[in-house]
Amino acid sequence: MSREKIVSSQSSPSSEVVGVSPKRRIERRGQILTGLCVMLVVVLVLTLIFMVCSRGISTFAKDGIPLGSFFAGTTWNPHQNGADGVPLVGALPMIVCSFSVTLLSCLLALPFALGASIFVVEVAPGFGSRVFRPLTEVLVGIPSVVFGLVGLGVVVPWMRGLVGGTGYGILSASIVLAVMILPTVTSLSTDALAAVPNAYRDGSYGLGCTRWQTVVGVVLPSALPDIMTAVIMGMSRAFGEALAVQMIIGNAPQMPAGLFTPASTLTSVLTMGMGNEAMGTVANDVLWALAMVLLAMSLVFILIVNLIGRKGGAKHD
Amino acid sequence: MTSKDATGEKNAPVAEAEDQAKAPSADYTATVRRARVQDKAATVILTVIVVLIIVGLAAIIAYILASGAGKLVDPGFLTKKPEQFKAGGGIGPELFNSFYLLVLTLVISLPISLGAAIFLTQYAPQGPVTNVAKTAIETLSSLPSIVVGLFGMLTFVLTFHWGFSILSGALTLTMFNIPILVRVIQQALEAVPRDQRDAALALGLTRWEATVHVLVPAAMPAIVTGVILSAGRVFGEAAALIYTAGQSAPELSWAAPITSLANPLNVFRPAETLAVHIWKINSEGVVPDLTAVSAGTAAVLMVCILAFNIIARIAGRALERRLTAE
Repeated sequence: MSREKIVSSQSSPSSEVVGVSPKRRIERRGQILTGLCVMLVVVLVLTLIFMVCSRGISTFAKDGIPLGSFFAGTTWNPHQNGADGVPLVGALPMIVCSFSVTLLSCLLALPFALGASIFVVEVAPGFGSRVFRPLTEVLVGIPSVVFGLVGLGVVVPWMRGLVGGTGYGILSASIVLAVMILPTVTSLSTDALAAVPNAYRDGSYGLGCTRWQTVVGVVLPSALPDIMTAVIMGMSRAFGEALAVQMIIGNAPQMPAGLFTPASTLTSVLTMGMGNEAMGTVANDVLWALAMVLLAMSLVFILIVNLIGRKGGAKHD
Repeated sequence: MTSKDATGEKNAPVAEAEDQAKAPSADYTATVRRARVQDKAATVILTVIVVLIIVGLAAIIAYILASGAGKLVDPGFLTKKPEQFKAGGGIGPELFNSFYLLVLTLVISLPISLGAAIFLTQYAPQGPVTNVAKTAIETLSSLPSIVVGLFGMLTFVLTFHWGFSILSGALTLTMFNIPILVRVIQQALEAVPRDQRDAALALGLTRWEATVHVLVPAAMPAIVTGVILSAGRVFGEAAALIYTAGQSAPELSWAAPITSLANPLNVFRPAETLAVHIWKINSEGVVPDLTAVSAGTAAVLMVCILAFNIIARIAGRALERRLTAE
């Protein structure tokens, strides 16, 4: 701030007395130009939230579906009315299923992600930046439909052979999702561990601790908030993933009976349904309500990340 | 009393240390040995985890390339049009659409992201405005791509009446791409040593001039690498496109007038991409050789993504060399 003042006061005597100096004008123009870009992004995000929510809310406002039968109903068949005359739009099976695949995929991915990031930061840092990080970037780049195909070709037949049934289901989807979120969680937790000051490690080594004792007793606890952030970013990615999950989960909108039976997530119902229902019908409106739930969940994930950041922030200073 | 306590506490460790110096107790050596064994075991397990991840990644890539190899070597596959109910369809239009959409998306999203990143790194006043902007970009980056796609459908396809079109698709992909690019460019700008910026400002340049003439050129290698890497993600995106760019690929002909749906450059024609093609033929299931076609398409996608990764690194390094050689 003070530097800007010095710059502008130095340049003003050389320019004309009246009017804005050319330097000031260039600066002004740059500021406005880049500011507009930021504004555009903000406006886009607000419009998105507004439009998705306004369509989603019309399920409850216009079509008069009670909140309870949407969030607690267990039967999804929007084209039929239930005994009470309200369309059968219970979204609970999808909500439960979305959360199960998210949690399960995180549980599967976390040991690998954490192990890899400890290895990369504490054991072999050179290998980490030269070999491992570029490799995980390749993994990030693999398209989700391709993961879906690999799931169809490898995981589903494997599950079918292992436990019988169709092979489609929550566990198959979670395995594929775990691989998909692995690079996200790994690279964020690598950053988290690398941000722990070396003085902490030196202190621990100075007391005669081994590397593993240092990791468990010092590094991991002080990086914990950032590791939680990494996990939540992974969850957020898993929760919103659509096509790979849709290809593997089996697409049966029913209450999940177990890990090995076909089910449906919020995203898979959206992907399948949006093309078939005409705009403005109840069946279409409830899809937007599902989209609104997805949107709300991703906002909640961001909120949690921000809360962790505020609580754990500036801890290393 | 406090002094007495302090000395008392001081004495205990000293006494302990003396004990150990004289003759390490069996208990103590056991503890040390256990710690060492645990340390070794942990290192082995960590190594195994990393090896497993690398082998797994290699296996996935090998599986994708191997199962599509048959189609990859088929010369007609990359140029022929897709077939609906008979075998032997190609992915010619899809391949073109994917690259065309990618180029359009980058042309739209790059200037906006560059501007936003410059604002956030150089100007951003501390305060609510910047916080809102940062939160908005963060929000956009964590939105599920299907939600972004549905918003694109609602806005561009239905409200603006552009239909399933390349333009709708490119604008939707732009929303998906902006947060990634802003992050990449922001990191690249922040990685430029502070001295360079301070030197430029000390010479009397405005922040804008310092950014345009000093910071952006210095950050260029990292920006190029990041942009090409993110291009790979746009290239493989499907969920945001199925309801915006559509799921059909009209046959293309360069002779057709620009207003015709057959003209490749017409931005108002529907355009199925490679990734969408994989999803569509798998969910419709009417193509008899869909396993082979989708495996082939996946292999083509994978080759392109690997190429993006390699090009990103080579281009970044080449730029770096040109920048530092003088």
